Amino acid sequence: MVESLSDFVYKTLTTLRINFMISRMKGHKTLDLTEAAMDLEGYFLAVDKPSAFALLDRLTDTSTGTEIVDDVIMPALESIGDRWEKGQVSLSQVYMSGKIAEAMVDKVILSTGHQADSGGSVAVAVLEDHHNLGKRILASVLSTSGMQVMDYGHALSVDELVSMVERDGVDYLMISTLMLPAALRVKDAMIQIKERSPHTKVIVGGAPYIFDPALGEEVGAHAVGRTATESLNILKRMMREGA
Amino acid sequence: MDTMTSMDRVMASLSHKEPDRVPVFLLLTMHGAKELGMSIKDYFSDAKNVIEGQKIIHAKYRNDCLNPFFYAATEIQAWGGDAIFIDDGPPNAGAPIIRTTEDIDDIQPPDMDHPILRMGLEAIEGLVDHADGQIPVIGTVLSPFSVPVMQMGFEGYLNLMYEDQDSFWRLMRKNEEFCVKWGNEQAKAGVTAVAYFDPLASSSMTTPDQYRLTGMKVAERVISRMDAPTATHLASGRALPIIEDIVSTGTGALGVCTLEDLAELKRVCKGRLSLLGNLNGIEMRRWTAQQAEEKVKDCIMKAGPGGGFILSDNHGEIPFQVSDEVLLAIRDAVDKWGEYPLDWIV
Repeated sequence: MVESLSDFVYKTLTTLRINFMISRMKGHKTLDLTEAAMDLEGYFLAVDKPSAFALLDRLTDTSTGTEIVDDVIMPALESIGDRWEKGQVSLSQVYMSGKIAEAMVDKVILSTGHQADSGGSVAVAVLEDHHNLGKRILASVLSTSGMQVMDYGHALSVDELVSMVERDGVDYLMISTLMLPAALRVKDAMIQIKERSPHTKVIVGGAPYIFDPALGEEVGAHAVGRTATESLNILKRMMREGA
Repeated sequence: MDTMTSMDRVMASLSHKEPDRVPVFLLLTMHGAKELGMSIKDYFSDAKNVIEGQKIIHAKYRNDCLNPFFYAATEIQAWGGDAIFIDDGPPNAGAPIIRTTEDIDDIQPPDMDHPILRMGLEAIEGLVDHADGQIPVIGTVLSPFSVPVMQMGFEGYLNLMYEDQDSFWRLMRKNEEFCVKWGNEQAKAGVTAVAYFDPLASSSMTTPDQYRLTGMKVAERVISRMDAPTATHLASGRALPIIEDIVSTGTGALGVCTLEDLAELKRVCKGRLSLLGNLNGIEMRRWTAQQAEEKVKDCIMKAGPGGGFILSDNHGEIPFQVSDEVLLAIRDAVDKWGEYPLDWIV
């Protein structure tokens, strides 16, 4: 009977799935980190914090803090960043994912003592603009990856920003923008930074740089990050290369 | 050669018919200040400046609309907040007027006699008078679903949306009350249509499922109570995943972004929703006259056939930095490539 066949397939698949879930709940050591990252990405996109933390509890039994952060949480965030760039997920999901990820990392640090390496001082800022969300998402991603980040706030003038960078000897400055005038103002900041803090590398991001891919070069930034995770990867590469 | 008035041309296109040529809306706000040799702040301090500035812009670029819009933060000023002016761009909204959920209960929708709203209505009345029924005058409201980004900051609003639905809907009810009143005051002052700016509706900002449960319901209620036709604008946000939902809100046109394929948008919307767009306003600043012509030609080729298309930028406001030369090149290209029938399209 056709109906019985489809029932059989459905029941078999369901049983397999249930057995799989049971085996995971029993804390099997075989919890695959790649698969865990994919599961976590789903929880992030659904803004399902309880499931994300339940997964974290299971991971904590079998994995180190570094594995959880580097092989599960960060790949999930990175995939979400890529999908946002392709128009497949929304900014609200990107923001909430970062927020949940930060809370997860706080718990990882408490339970495993995970500490990330630091390859230089990093600051995030919004120049002139009052739109803070991009910087907030960036700070979440950096912090989740284990970076110690100085948050310079928003609506800063070029003079204020450059003075802070010079004062703190910042190695890597990440500027988030939403409006075109603020993105253009980076050019003035770059001129002053090159004079007063020549070792500082500047990574810019935000809508104007997405809509005009040539803008980053025009304002003299060292790099453009189209998403928060791409900015993080650029930053890590610069740190590795000692740029 | 133009054989129709701007009003007839726009109305024909919005009815999904081919007029004499593709209509063009150069949505310029701050350029009026440049024309009058004023700072942006001074320009927006008096409705007479905006009336004069729009008249000059209309004549200079042979625009198919008059745009009495000042800047988005005027609504926040009406709610009791501040606008922070800069020399070369639209003012930002100042500190959030809603910091806690209790503030949502305390704030009251602005009275239509608020000076900043009166000034906006004065500009509309002056331009309606100037248009004499020959040129569309476009009013603007910020959607109740999107304006909280300025009322409480983006982060605070997303937290509210995800974590406190009761407070979210209390805020929506107040914002809806204001939005309908403000839109209808503009209709009473004579606008041809009201632009319903709703960037948060875009799938770049919220998920389609989220929109269907929130912003779409708000839009359906507000648009059904508007006394003028509406055009929804997503201000550079993506629209394709929610086209059917936007159609269901009852809006007549949609401002679309340059990140999506205009031909695909046209295919999906044809006969149901007119399109407005999608020149890249940010990139426009660096275009040569030849590039401007190529971009205009491309848009017309993809969306012009059959009407239902108004050439415009993709954000709903052209940046202050875009030069007269580029704007004139865009306008000239519309004359060159936009005359119906579009026989040059194979």
